[in-house]
Amino acid sequence: MVGMSKTLSEKVWDAHVVRSAEGEPDLLYIDLHLIHEVTSPQAFDGLRATGRGVRRPDLTLATEDHNVPTLDIDKPIADPISRAQVEALRTNCAEFGVPIRPLGDADQGIVHVVGPQLGLTQPGMTVVCGDSHTSTHGAFGALAFGIGTSEVEHVLATQTLPLKPFKTMAVNVEGHLPEGVTAKDLILAIIAQIGTGGGQGYVIEYRGPAIEALSMEQRMTICNMSIEAGARAGMIGPDETTFEYLRGKQRAPADFDAAVDYWRTLVTDADATFDKEVTIDAAGLSPYVTWGTNPGQGLPLRASVPAPEDFDDPAAQQAARKALDYMGLQAGTPLKEIPVDTVFLGSCTNGRIEDLRAAADILRGRKVADSVTMLVVPGSVKVRLQAQAEGLDTVFTRAGAQWRNAGCSMCLAMNPDKLRPQERSASTSNRNFEGRQGPGGRTHLVSPQVAAATAVAGHLAEPNDLPAPSELVEV
Amino acid sequence: MDKFTTHRGIAAPLRHSNVDTDQIIPAEYLKRITRTGYEDALFSAWRQDPDFVLNHPVYTNASILIAGPDFGTGSSREHAVWALSDYGFKVVVSSRFADIFRGNAGKGGLVTAEVEQSVVDRLWELLDQDPQTEVVVDLEAKQIRAGDIVADFVIDDYVRWRLLEGLDDIGITMQHADAITRFERDRPSILPTTA
Ligand code: SF4
Repeated sequence: MVGMSKTLSEKVWDAHVVRSAEGEPDLLYIDLHLIHEVTSPQAFDGLRATGRGVRRPDLTLATEDHNVPTLDIDKPIADPISRAQVEALRTNCAEFGVPIRPLGDADQGIVHVVGPQLGLTQPGMTVVCGDSHTSTHGAFGALAFGIGTSEVEHVLATQTLPLKPFKTMAVNVEGHLPEGVTAKDLILAIIAQIGTGGGQGYVIEYRGPAIEALSMEQRMTICNMSIEAGARAGMIGPDETTFEYLRGKQRAPADFDAAVDYWRTLVTDADATFDKEVTIDAAGLSPYVTWGTNPGQGLPLRASVPAPEDFDDPAAQQAARKALDYMGLQAGTPLKEIPVDTVFLGSCTNGRIEDLRAAADILRGRKVADSVTMLVVPGSVKVRLQAQAEGLDTVFTRAGAQWRNAGCSMCLAMNPDKLRPQERSASTSNRNFEGRQGPGGRTHLVSPQVAAATAVAGHLAEPNDLPAPSELVEV
Repeated sequence: MDKFTTHRGIAAPLRHSNVDTDQIIPAEYLKRITRTGYEDALFSAWRQDPDFVLNHPVYTNASILIAGPDFGTGSSREHAVWALSDYGFKVVVSSRFADIFRGNAGKGGLVTAEVEQSVVDRLWELLDQDPQTEVVVDLEAKQIRAGDIVADFVIDDYVRWRLLEGLDDIGITMQHADAITRFERDRPSILPTTA
């Protein structure tokens, strides 16, 4: 089908087809396989059982993130299951020759923060990981998606995956985000519009002026949560912002200009068609927050808790009733009057340096409310060190927040950082499912800015709601 | 994976419908880090009951499970297939399988033979009369034979081909190793490595 116009994802797909045959899935080559301790042990065990090896350890990278503690990282991991998983990863990597960035390494961190910061994620690549938020890497114009443990084994053994092509969807974001409205607010608004199943089977390409104006880190926030809209992957066409981010990174191509020439071809052709298109107006948005127990149950922070009757669809009504009950919320309560106990700043959605800077800007000269515990968990060791070099750690600790080591932490509560039953958090992570941050815990997803303002106010708040800082001392 | 052509064995009647994957293997076993060794986890809650079918001495070596409708519903855990295989089951017979379970079974080399519920009923009856009856599952002919029962079963053609050839997904892909090597030769040299 030479000469046919294609979307970005179709171009990347076609460039990676090792083999295709009528009635069979395409065999797709994988450029980068990221692994972590939770979804890889059975895959390695499968290799051992069948006497197979890792085909391309040099295209594979392991990091420890889901289970690792964020305190006392120099001591052995206390929880025996977490420790066993982390130890298994180390043994497996040693046995199969896979490079690893373990706890204590300068490049350790959340797998989706580490890949991009090393410059390993580049435009036009295929990237997989046994983790649904692999969609994050699509911010670079890579085709990146999460896979199951059998598929992890398949990629380890063959560096390929048999797959049927994904359908394509364009999310066109018109206009520009108003001052104070972030990428997180935008993606929460997109998910609220298309629904948690709206992207099922699709790879979403985010386009339009509001997307082009975003930094790479903000683009990662957008692509990260594609999975919350049900999509297999999210992508953004590479441009000058992408190239500048990659320039000088450790694993950036040596012949950078030649690479840029190739990367410039990775755009959706003007006359290419998508299987589905959605348009959203950025200019009308304001800070967003979720009130329920799935990421599609979100509203502008200036709104009130909805009533089940506000929804037309009986299933949505039922879901709202259940969510309000779990969340302990009354319909009609202004969202900004909801008090929180815990604020979590971190995760692969919002645990990067720009996120920490944005929150620190709000906390500078202010105090976290006495009723609130705030955890700041950098997405990687590099982010932590960068923040310390900029004095952000001092801003956080002076405000009364806890400055932690890198990892997934309270995003999924596999380590000791957990909500207690009925505790309520404002969290910069990506999932507000029942019990996600600890059994019985209640989660409101927010941007870093809203998280910081909420920590100060003691209830859901945006930065504009706060009185001016009392002691504007430079730290 | 071993080639599966015709399997002969003892069949255990599991007179339950909607056997979900939480029953097949409870969540507590998912914390393990191995791919094998789940035989003790299979139906571990039900096995507490001395009257449970697999605790009956005639069925300790059963390799065919004859279950009620809607087998394998619930969570998508691949461990459910691993546990059945590790215990020694080669075939599950039911009138309806949950989709994800059926897919996982195909990947893991476990045959899911779908038959009419009337066939399940007749097999159960036969086993009541003589638990030692040899049951034959002929994948080539897509047929179950036991006593005077001869019944056709349904299984996806692609899965059946893979099982007959003894190929798992990785084995199939490895048949195309040359194509992968050729592709790798032509990959642009600017692409990054982790080494
Ligand atoms: S930060 Fe959360 S979403 Fe991201 S990889 Fe870790 S657990 Fe998954």
